[in-house]
Amino acid sequence: MSLKGDCINILEHVLVPKFRVLSDEEKARLLEKLKTTKEKLPKILQVDPIVTNIEAKKGDILEIKRKSEVAGEYVYYRLVV
Amino acid sequence: MTLSKINSIDFGLLSPSMVKSLATVRIVTSDLYDADGYPVDGGAMDPRMGVVDPGLRCRTCGSTIGDCVGHFGYVELARPVIHVMYTKQIYQLLKASCSKCGHILHRNPISLDQVAKAPMRKCTHCDKQQGKVTFAKPYTYYLGKEELNPMQIREWFERVKGEDLQKIGFRGGRPEWLTLTLFPIPPVTMRPSITLETGERSEDDLTHKLVDIVRINQSLKENIDIGAPEFILNDLWELLQYHVATYFDNELTGIPQARHRSGRPLKGIIQRLKAKEGRIRGNLLGKRVNYSSRTVISPDPTLSINEVGIPAVEVARELTIPETITTLNAKNIKELIKDGRVNYITRPDGRKIKVTDENRKDIITNLAIGWSVDRQLKDGDVVLFNRQPSLHRVSIMVHRVKVMPYRTFRMNPSVCAPYNADFDGDEMNIHALQSEEAQVEASMLMEVKNNIISPRFGGPLVGLDLDHISGLFLLTSKETVLGRKETAELFSRAAIDIELPDKDTFTGKDIVSLLLPKKLNMYFKANACKECDKCLKDECKHDMWVSIKDGVLKTGVLDTRAAGAFKGKMLNKIRRLVADDELKNFIDRLGRLGVSYLMMRGFSIGISDLDVPTRIENIISEEIQTSMKDADKLVIKFNEDKLKVLPGMTPEDSLETQILSTLAEGLNTVSEIMIKNIRPSDILVMSQSGAKGSNINTTQMSACVGSETILGKRIQRGYLGRTTTHFKVGDLSAATRGFVARGFKQGLTPFEFFWNVMNGREGLMDKSLRTRKSGYMQRRLMNSLQDLKVCGDMSVRDSNGNIIQFFVGDDGIDPSKSDWGKLNWIDFVEHG
Repeated sequence: MSLKGDCINILEHVLVPKFRVLSDEEKARLLEKLKTTKEKLPKILQVDPIVTNIEAKKGDILEIKRKSEVAGEYVYYRLVV
Repeated sequence: MTLSKINSIDFGLLSPSMVKSLATVRIVTSDLYDADGYPVDGGAMDPRMGVVDPGLRCRTCGSTIGDCVGHFGYVELARPVIHVMYTKQIYQLLKASCSKCGHILHRNPISLDQVAKAPMRKCTHCDKQQGKVTFAKPYTYYLGKEELNPMQIREWFERVKGEDLQKIGFRGGRPEWLTLTLFPIPPVTMRPSITLETGERSEDDLTHKLVDIVRINQSLKENIDIGAPEFILNDLWELLQYHVATYFDNELTGIPQARHRSGRPLKGIIQRLKAKEGRIRGNLLGKRVNYSSRTVISPDPTLSINEVGIPAVEVARELTIPETITTLNAKNIKELIKDGRVNYITRPDGRKIKVTDENRKDIITNLAIGWSVDRQLKDGDVVLFNRQPSLHRVSIMVHRVKVMPYRTFRMNPSVCAPYNADFDGDEMNIHALQSEEAQVEASMLMEVKNNIISPRFGGPLVGLDLDHISGLFLLTSKETVLGRKETAELFSRAAIDIELPDKDTFTGKDIVSLLLPKKLNMYFKANACKECDKCLKDECKHDMWVSIKDGVLKTGVLDTRAAGAFKGKMLNKIRRLVADDELKNFIDRLGRLGVSYLMMRGFSIGISDLDVPTRIENIISEEIQTSMKDADKLVIKFNEDKLKVLPGMTPEDSLETQILSTLAEGLNTVSEIMIKNIRPSDILVMSQSGAKGSNINTTQMSACVGSETILGKRIQRGYLGRTTTHFKVGDLSAATRGFVARGFKQGLTPFEFFWNVMNGREGLMDKSLRTRKSGYMQRRLMNSLQDLKVCGDMSVRDSNGNIIQFFVGDDGIDPSKSDWGKLNWIDFVEHG
């Protein structure tokens, strides 16, 4: 279910950071870098408006680029559950 | 030691067969001791249930006191009784099952809760119409109007089938075990009797209760055997139920408490476990320690921030530190023993001997390598110093002992800030560390000098305060010039050993510069900065631009911005330049210098410091009058319905808000006039330097207190439409609603005084309520965050390896190395 077109696009809102679904290769590289498994990542619900909007599936990892006053931009990852 | 993982724990009901198999003895008599004072076999103190007297051996396991954990006994109850801890489950099950056949009264049962909430009226199995089951606290059940006795309940439950129980999720045993038939008697080790000085025995509350149970049970049994009439049996049965109930919980609602002969309520099992002093909170979660001491604290600015003054007689002589004798310290320790500085010696076989005047000589001659002694505290020892509530890690820090006369713990007032201590009667604790390893570890991690900079906000936790700041401010102000002799005296008073440069006169800035590290370069605005429109920096005519070049204070005054706790920029900078030890010394010396200068110069305030010329007084009172009139104008506008209504507010609220801001504005103007025209005094020194007080305080004392508020609004409470009966109903003017138009110096009118006190009371309530609420919120936060750690790759993970952040704080900044959480790039690049 997507709300696209029905109302404003939340992805374009100034306060919403940039989201991107990682490819399988990127996923593997990330987990290798962190030496961890998928389950240990922070999670985001499948029903989250952002997840439904970018049509991410369960098991996908989202890359979030957030703005920071001190660090400029920082990257965060969340697993769709 | 091998560790194994617990896979599962089952909690369940104690079955009668289990009670029997756990027990070593059947209790049949209510007698405890025979005529000779020996415990009776088959009594509640039967020696087969464990030993509590020293020297005796347990008749069941053969161990002595301490080794024998005790053994259960049991009583065969003549008639079953309800287990009061399970009354709710019994009630639910009675409602959920058929009174005739025990079938569950539901077509599709999932849980006991679900069935008990809405059971079927008629049993599907046997077509029996169900009566209404009711429950009367604490342990009576009715079916319709008939009372159900425990025997009937037991028979009822016996009819409930195992598979039915599984469906409704009733686990842990058979439901008939919810009533007691075999009653376990706990071992004597959990209810030891104590022998009084008179030789009398005093039994534990639980033993008393058990005796009651056994006695009533015996008499019930006898009466059944002789075929006594039913009403007698019922009375005894009811009494047995009462004793069993109060044995578990003596605070049940609906029945009188079981009391001791003295009238004191007996302690049931629940009372042993429950509440603050119960087993859980009092014994398992709360620990008590030896080698600690507690007394009142008092200030001593001559001590280092790293030191703590310990009362010589009361504390230093009692607290000890173990020290093992080696070839290196043997001579020293013998010396200590001779001086009476050792309380105990421990031989290698573990025997502890108290050192007394009589055996001192023997001990010294017998002393050998490998023995250890309990040595009294001496200067330089490592102790933990703590003030409750221990809200953060700096609530407990390591200090170095300084043995002193008198009976209080002495501390440098600069370390009050991290402990949140003051000297209005506060008490603090010390703990003497008992091993070299502990001492070294604690001093590396917890010593005050290593904790001056807070990792929480990247600023100093320990710094100068109050008189330190006032003194430093006056010393470094432009006018201060001292002769060589005075300068020497100042340093001598401050106990600072320093080589004076070859000069005849010293400015205050010269003097302070002698203490600054040579590498120090920094530029900032002082706390007293007037915030001019255009900052002239080095040319500041108020001397508020602090500039330090190569450890020399060129311009500016040093105040709380430079050296204060939480705010001192200079301390933060110095920490990056020099070792912790040197920063500690710097704070010590600067504090002593400030106080010494203050004592040389003299420092006092008086009421006349608040005087302003009559001309100014008139201007001020006019200003107050205008702002009150402005408020009254708003009221008139409101009454004429012409007042601007603010968004999201009722007209009444808009009026209140606007009046409040008008009055506040008025007070602000008054404050500005006041500060400009008040003559320079030590009051101003304190408020400008940031030592204590503010411009608002000064204004409130000298000119006008302003509007008093309750819950952020002008005073509303009192009578209908007015605050007191002296005013007209509906009068909304400033003067009747909490505006105090005078300063404390002039004195308040009775009304104003009353409003001021109302406001004061609100502040007091607020403070105590807020601390409680925020304390609990903080506790919850701490518990959920406590085992997060920063890993090698700078990610933050919890103890299960779950990632919380991919990069600490999302920016990787260590706050303890930052300036109040910010990176000061320019400073880093220019000055390192």
